[in-house]
Amino acid sequence: MEKTSSQQFLLGVKDELPILVGVVPFGMIYGILALGVGLNPFDAQAMSAVIFAGSSQFMTVQLIREAAPWLVILMTGFIINLRHALYSATIAPYIKHLPRRWKALLAYLLTDEAFAVAALNYQREGVTRFGHWYFLGAGLALWTSWQASTAVGIFLGAQVPEAWGLDFTLPLTFIALVVPALKDKAGVVTAVVASLAALAFFGLPYKLGLIAASALAIAAGMWMETRR
Amino acid sequence: MTLWILMISVGLLTFLTRLSFIALLERIQLPAAFQRALRFVPIAVLSAIIAPEIGYPDNALFLSPQNPRLLAAIIATLVAYFTKNVVWTIVAGMAAFWVLGL
Repeated sequence: MEKTSSQQFLLGVKDELPILVGVVPFGMIYGILALGVGLNPFDAQAMSAVIFAGSSQFMTVQLIREAAPWLVILMTGFIINLRHALYSATIAPYIKHLPRRWKALLAYLLTDEAFAVAALNYQREGVTRFGHWYFLGAGLALWTSWQASTAVGIFLGAQVPEAWGLDFTLPLTFIALVVPALKDKAGVVTAVVASLAALAFFGLPYKLGLIAASALAIAAGMWMETRR
Repeated sequence: MTLWILMISVGLLTFLTRLSFIALLERIQLPAAFQRALRFVPIAVLSAIIAPEIGYPDNALFLSPQNPRLLAAIIATLVAYFTKNVVWTIVAGMAAFWVLGL
């Protein structure tokens, strides 16, 4: 039985829900931080809708505080976001038949967390008639909670003590996503190489370590896959 | 005003990066090796985000049993492996982090 568009949409929302547990504190921390560097509440909230990318928003806020030159902010944003080009390439084959407005909408919603859920679903199910509604459900669930948690963060101000370490929910969320996806030796090798390389390359400027470690790990995974 | 120009620039840059291959694929076909590589992208990128968050608390390498993030991450990994459940993984990881950090 083929799933309808609304069934797919709700399934996408449902699969995204557990991930929101890790996203909501992150959005709140962003809101608190943005006010901390002197943005007014409206601008802080607008940034969550206009940029809609956690790490870029944190970076922008951080660099505004350090009064970094524009070009540096843009270059850093570009490098941090390079991984989104990889996500884009991963998702592209599955949505290439869709009309342009769908592609633009899904591209806007293509965050780490929506990508993780949507890409794993596409890898399980392949292209189905209403599969893009699943993606939309996951993406909108994330979008809504990102805006809401930003707002909560802005209104809470600095009332959440830093000692709670809520930022730690972010790596935990990603652990919860990656571990079940490690189904073969090549996958495990990819994860191990990426982790070690990211630690080794930590000192590289402008988050280049993230890109270098990912590239190395992808190569290692592919090498492992062809080796028999 | 300058803030808004900056914000829109970063936003546009983010959007165009996300759109890149989605838009390009209407015209080009990705090479086979590239397509094979894509399976490893989520694992590689997410792992490379996780590791420094664990190993570099306060921007200094700290790989020791004294690092509550490290032990909590190991516990979370085990919970993720056995339950395959996001909520349990986060709950167990945060609980371990708080207890170990006391």
